[in-house]
Amino acid sequence: MPDVPLWRRYARLFGPDLKADVNDELRFHLEAKVDDLVAQGWSPKAAQEEAERQFGDFKSVQEAGEKLGRERQRKMQRKDYWGECWQDIRYGFRTLKRDPSFAIITALILGLGIAANTSVFSVVNTVLLRPLPFPDAQQLTWFKAGRALEPGKREAAGLSGVTYTVAAFEEFQRHNRSFQSITGYNPFFGNSEYTLTGRGEPEAVDGVMVAENFFQVLGVRPALGRLFLPAECKKGGKQAVLLSDAFWRHRYGGDPAIVGQTITLSKHSLTVVGVLPPTFDFGSVFSPGLNIDLYVPAVMDEIRNWGSTLAVVGRLKPGVSVAQAQVEADILFPQLRAAHKEWFMDYSSTITGLKEFVSGKLRRSLIVLWSAVGLIMLIVCVNLSNLLLARAAARSKEFAMRRALGASRARLLRQLLAEGMVLTAAGAALGVCLAFVLAMYVAHQGSIALPLLSSVRVDGAALGWTLLLTVTVSMLFGLVPGLRIATGNIQDTLKDSGQGMSAGRQHERLRGGMVISEVALACVLLAGAGLLLRSFLRVLDVDLGFQPARAATMKIDYDAGDGARRGVVLQEMLRQISLIPGIESAGVTDMLPLGRNRSWGFKAKGRAYAKGEDLSALVRIVTPGYLSAMGMRLQDGRDFSWQDGPKNQPVVIINRAAARRFWPAERALGRMAIINQTDFRVIGVISDVRENSLEVSAAPEMYLAVTHADPEGAELVVRSKLPPAALSASVMEVLRALNPAQPAAELRPLRQIVDRAVSPRRFFVMLVASFAVLGLVLAAVGIYGVISYSVTRQKHEIGIRMALGATGARVQFDVVAKALRLALIGIALGTAGSLAATKWIASLLFNMEPTDPVTFSGIIGLLAVAAFVAGYIPARRASRIDPITALRAN
Amino acid sequence: MEKAQLDLVRGTLDLVILKALVWGPLHGYAITNLIRRRTDDALLVEEGTLYPALWRLEGKGLVKAEWGLSENNRKAKFYQLTAEGRRHLRREIKTWEAYTAALGKMLDATQSPMAEES
Repeated sequence: MPDVPLWRRYARLFGPDLKADVNDELRFHLEAKVDDLVAQGWSPKAAQEEAERQFGDFKSVQEAGEKLGRERQRKMQRKDYWGECWQDIRYGFRTLKRDPSFAIITALILGLGIAANTSVFSVVNTVLLRPLPFPDAQQLTWFKAGRALEPGKREAAGLSGVTYTVAAFEEFQRHNRSFQSITGYNPFFGNSEYTLTGRGEPEAVDGVMVAENFFQVLGVRPALGRLFLPAECKKGGKQAVLLSDAFWRHRYGGDPAIVGQTITLSKHSLTVVGVLPPTFDFGSVFSPGLNIDLYVPAVMDEIRNWGSTLAVVGRLKPGVSVAQAQVEADILFPQLRAAHKEWFMDYSSTITGLKEFVSGKLRRSLIVLWSAVGLIMLIVCVNLSNLLLARAAARSKEFAMRRALGASRARLLRQLLAEGMVLTAAGAALGVCLAFVLAMYVAHQGSIALPLLSSVRVDGAALGWTLLLTVTVSMLFGLVPGLRIATGNIQDTLKDSGQGMSAGRQHERLRGGMVISEVALACVLLAGAGLLLRSFLRVLDVDLGFQPARAATMKIDYDAGDGARRGVVLQEMLRQISLIPGIESAGVTDMLPLGRNRSWGFKAKGRAYAKGEDLSALVRIVTPGYLSAMGMRLQDGRDFSWQDGPKNQPVVIINRAAARRFWPAERALGRMAIINQTDFRVIGVISDVRENSLEVSAAPEMYLAVTHADPEGAELVVRSKLPPAALSASVMEVLRALNPAQPAAELRPLRQIVDRAVSPRRFFVMLVASFAVLGLVLAAVGIYGVISYSVTRQKHEIGIRMALGATGARVQFDVVAKALRLALIGIALGTAGSLAATKWIASLLFNMEPTDPVTFSGIIGLLAVAAFVAGYIPARRASRIDPITALRAN
Repeated sequence: MEKAQLDLVRGTLDLVILKALVWGPLHGYAITNLIRRRTDDALLVEEGTLYPALWRLEGKGLVKAEWGLSENNRKAKFYQLTAEGRRHLRREIKTWEAYTAALGKMLDATQSPMAEES
């Protein structure tokens, strides 16, 4: 093959041309043939014809050639592409290995961001997105009575305001057409607190009374044995009990033989008929934070006269919507009410999906949380782009060289993406591991009163979300610096010495912009977290109306006969407990604040009330001494005394809210009230106590003496300077002496019930605050990175300035000022953004404007300090630059 | 039939082309000429089969092509064996020789198989 002249080498200057190649090749063949024939003596014309004749179908060969060529080209491109990708990834690994601190920092930042996102997504997915763990869960609905009440009063009426009497439940069950079935349980869990005796020490267990068809409606099948039989749900029938999986395992060691055996619960013999599956967790769905050990049938005829006792759950017929059911209920309940004059109230109801009931209140909080981690991810992305950009700047010569040697822009871009991919993969692996740990931790936080929390885990959906996030992130932060590099002018870059030249400047502007946006994002995050944190502190500061410090409680069991008997037993018990050294006061109540509650009708005697007016008040049945043991403040009148016996005038103590409600214009003390058709004299008024929640102001409340009304359960409260653990044994000794069946229990600090009440808020605040701190650190790192880089870049310039007489302090000042300038622009933008964004979380705040100036000035100060520190470190380095070395280096 | 014009046995076209390239790079027209001369005009490779076969071989990576200049200074595409092509050719030749030897034995057989067995 002879040498190819220069011009020929450029025949395909504009890339390969398949058609022309095939055509040229075949044409050459014909021409060569013609030449040969002419040489043999053919006339040129005849030779041409003969050559074409011999060749045959020129066109089809040509087409075949083009087709084969195209296929080959595609194959080659594919091969090249994957080959190059692999090359890129390997190259990425190599370059990262050369700079391990960069790789580690990036992977760490990314890992934190991804861990936050994956774990929050797991929580959001479990609580908000996934259906409830029941078959056809979308058919399940929740009934909330008291639709006629205004929202505040409905909240204040406690559970009694939103539950149903057996009669209302049965009537609705009989007449509705929207539901396949309706069921219910007794949410006044005190009705089903039992003492388990027989084997070993007596043990307090939590049970719940459920309607006969409760498990059938939910679609829960027993893991062992069977569900309740109709006969077991009738008055006087055989008594049966179902065990929860957890209780069965810890109390009976998972022994299947327990089914069919009899256990003794609060002196009744019940037959264990079955064990429920581990997947069914009553507490996590219906009563977050509560562990139910066993289930007993609600015998409707027994609880018929207990008032509103049933929380109602329905299963819609297929194809019926919640809205349609609501329309039917709106018609049906007034009709039922009209037919039953004796009903205490109108059971008009709000029907929602069960899911809505379980997690509806959390929707806003969780979305805020989700947005917070989204912001974190953005900050992480910007930060990483920034880091990569700095690196890319340092490597710009390398890239320019490669461009000059023939690498295409796309190729360089792809290589940056591959590097990004390697980094994100490392970060994602780290993040997912962290997220697994976090999810495990969250799932085992039994003390947080949030629904479904125990089933939080990193599942396929969460991993999918992580993958999506990872790919997006690696694209984003590979592309930004990539585009910068790829569009740069090769010659300029090669010439640019990297010091004070235009391309370097431009680069710095871009990075400055990134830092500004980082600071702005961190500012939004901090503002939200700050407001939530201050709200949380305000919630903790709320006047509870009682003093949790130095008080402790214990669930007790005693021989509760009639009022007189109760009085004697409790008086003796409290007398003995008061004798224990260190105990200042002691009392007993049936329900503690911030836990269970119930309400009874309450009227001021001699006053006419409009029909339908809300005349209920929460009720607590207490002993003398309870108020002082709790640290409640008597504002007027006196406490109960043991002289308020069953034969004397019944007396009542009310709270301020009740006094205001029932005797708005007069002093309530000494007035008569009608409770349960009996006259009660008001002997005292106490300060309002936060009964339902720390965040809702107090509802009308009455305290009755144990001798005058029937309590539901019993909680001992003692006040002492000694730690509860030191007292438990002696208190238990007294209790056991009086009642050998007293279950084993510990004195728990009263603080716990308050902590539990604020646990959801604490949970969110901790999460959002830690995300905000992460954001702040990342923003500071971003500022540090940019300033530090610019100091390095301007080393020469700074050297000159110092040689010309600039002092170290002056240089330092300039550098810090630069950092602060970036930060301030970011803060200004961020503050504007926060003002818009925090409106959105206004409903999550407590006693706080979303524009709270204290919070805003606080976070602005915090960011400024962070920016100062981030700028000061490189500034110190700048002021230490030795002019001689700096100048010589160039 | 005074001069045998043989059709190429299926599968041997590739073999013939690869063999033609053993002595150095050739363009398509030269390949046809070479095959014709070497087989004393017995094997005639038609253009309609030669070029697609060349392109397929190129696709398989057995030959590689390059543009160059022909003897009379025309632009032509020259084909050349790759290392893989050389290996392939060696293998194929062995197979083919074994095959023809076996075939020859069979076709030249004169004794009845019965006699052999007994």
